[in-house]
Amino acid sequence: MAPTRREFLKMTGFSAAGLVLPFLPSLASAQAGTAGTVGSSPAVPGGLPALKAKRWAMTIEPRKCRPDCTDCIAACHLEHNVPDFKNPKDDIRWISLEKIGHVFPAEAHPRIPELIAELPLPILCNHCANPTCVRVCPTQATFKRADGIVMMDYHRCIGCRFCMAACPYGSRSMNYRDPRPFIGKINPAFPTRAKGVVEKCNFCEERLARGVLPACVIACKDKALGFGDLEDPRSGIRSILDKGLSLRRRPELGTLPQVYYIL
Amino acid sequence: MLEKALRGSRGYGIWVAFLLFMVAVGFFFYLRQLDYGLGITGMSRDISWGLYIAQFTFLVGIAASAVMLVLPYYLHDFKAFGKITILGEFLAVSAVMMCVTFVFVDLGRPDRAVNLLLYPSPRSVLFWDVIVLNGYLLLNMVTGWTVLESDRKGVPPPAWVKPLILLSIPWAISIHTVTAFIYAGLPGRGFWLTAIMAPRFLASAFASGPALLILICLVLRRFGRFDAGDKAIQTLAKIVTYALATSIFFVLVELFTVFYSQIPGHMHHLTYLFAGLDGHNTIARWMTVAAIAALVSLALLIVPRLRQNETYLVLACSGVFVSLWIEKGLGLVITGFVPSPLEAIPDYTPTGPEVAITMGVWALGVLIITLFYKIFISVRKGK
Repeated sequence: MAPTRREFLKMTGFSAAGLVLPFLPSLASAQAGTAGTVGSSPAVPGGLPALKAKRWAMTIEPRKCRPDCTDCIAACHLEHNVPDFKNPKDDIRWISLEKIGHVFPAEAHPRIPELIAELPLPILCNHCANPTCVRVCPTQATFKRADGIVMMDYHRCIGCRFCMAACPYGSRSMNYRDPRPFIGKINPAFPTRAKGVVEKCNFCEERLARGVLPACVIACKDKALGFGDLEDPRSGIRSILDKGLSLRRRPELGTLPQVYYIL
Repeated sequence: MLEKALRGSRGYGIWVAFLLFMVAVGFFFYLRQLDYGLGITGMSRDISWGLYIAQFTFLVGIAASAVMLVLPYYLHDFKAFGKITILGEFLAVSAVMMCVTFVFVDLGRPDRAVNLLLYPSPRSVLFWDVIVLNGYLLLNMVTGWTVLESDRKGVPPPAWVKPLILLSIPWAISIHTVTAFIYAGLPGRGFWLTAIMAPRFLASAFASGPALLILICLVLRRFGRFDAGDKAIQTLAKIVTYALATSIFFVLVELFTVFYSQIPGHMHHLTYLFAGLDGHNTIARWMTVAAIAALVSLALLIVPRLRQNETYLVLACSGVFVSLWIEKGLGLVITGFVPSPLEAIPDYTPTGPEVAITMGVWALGVLIITLFYKIFISVRKGK
């Protein structure tokens, strides 16, 4: 389906904003700091050089979140053509909001201040350094890149859902039916999926390749999300982590999640 | 020999026609599932495996249990099993065929099933399960068929079958061990994360499989004019008794560790399984039936006088089969997903099409076993 002229103009406008935003100092780069070692060769001719890192990671500061804000979800799901079935059974989620009792059940005792107990915590794929989903996949349709991003090959996945049973975080979704009729507005820059395959957050690898930070990070006006190279001591997320104690979901399982929560 | 499956009594014809009808109904709904997607089932984001994978798990046990006939006969020369060893092997063949079919109908993209072989992934337990199941299928088909063929000709089986039969013994253990490892190796699912999973699987398999065989032998005695012999049936009954007692013991061991340690991530699952959580108690009600059936069956089997009475034996074996089917073919898989990683308590109800497909696969397996046993009995009678 070719985009109409109007859609095309809107698209280019949207991407142009996405290209510029990360380099406005007041917006994203304060979050991302030196988000990654900037690569030498541009991924797209005429585009920005791809963002590269030894180990991509994310910091989340839920206390910065505005109440009832869902900008990160909207941006991610728009960017990645995530359908809305309006039916929890078939639900597909790349990023969502949950209370601390569900995200950190071991930490949630009855005397936690209400402010924190009621905070919406963004949850997404943890891009584990030791991912169970990658270990169990019988076709290597899910795999870990050298920079730590856990990816899906939608053309190889057989839909056995072993990865969904294996993920300790409930980060994966299955296309129980054809998602295309349920995508509000199709973004032609990102593939839609077919029924029968599993999908999840990809840390916006397609944007990183274009030199742009993840959609959720850019969309967050409260700068609650940080993204950068964990191995780079000068990166923004390192300075956030340096400030104090950060939590990872179910660290006792040894999956080494790379999404860090600062509460 | 195959032609022997084509001729039979009127009752045989009706039975085969009924099974074919069930297979056709299942196939019809499978086509609808192919069209709509797995959303046609009751499976969801939280409970991502359901009836299909649970049947697969249960049937791997039935397949593995053939070893309970092969081992005494071939390793200990227990003559009473000589007549029915092939029955066990054919039961294994049809059970593995059902297993493979259940995994297949559970795939979101069955058109890509061959990716399992194109991109072999030795770190995935599912990859190994595919290997051991297909190997076991091949072993039992070859040995069962060859032994029956020699039987027909009235000659001893060729020497090369013996090593294959001996190989099938550890191989039977392997299929259920590897299947248990699918569950027992996942860090985030406290219910499955138990080293006793494989032993539990084997114990329950060695109870449910021989219980089914006893029922089959009794049916064949009444309707098939084939008598397995009292000694064989009573020995099988003893095997069921010991295996069931072991199986119950293993469950109690599990309950002790979980409820005495009181680690929530393990305890919540078992509470859900046996008592329900926050009013979600459908599975718990099924499990109550399973627990009562297991205990009553054990009582009937343990008393020799009752075990030797055919009526009580039928009752006990049916109880064992139903109880272990509920435990493994229903409770084991669902409970691993409840509570979910996000502490939700989702419900799972299989849909009509899902049940129809499940029954279709079962009918396919029963059809295969019917045809095999028909051939077997015809060969035996022809002697």
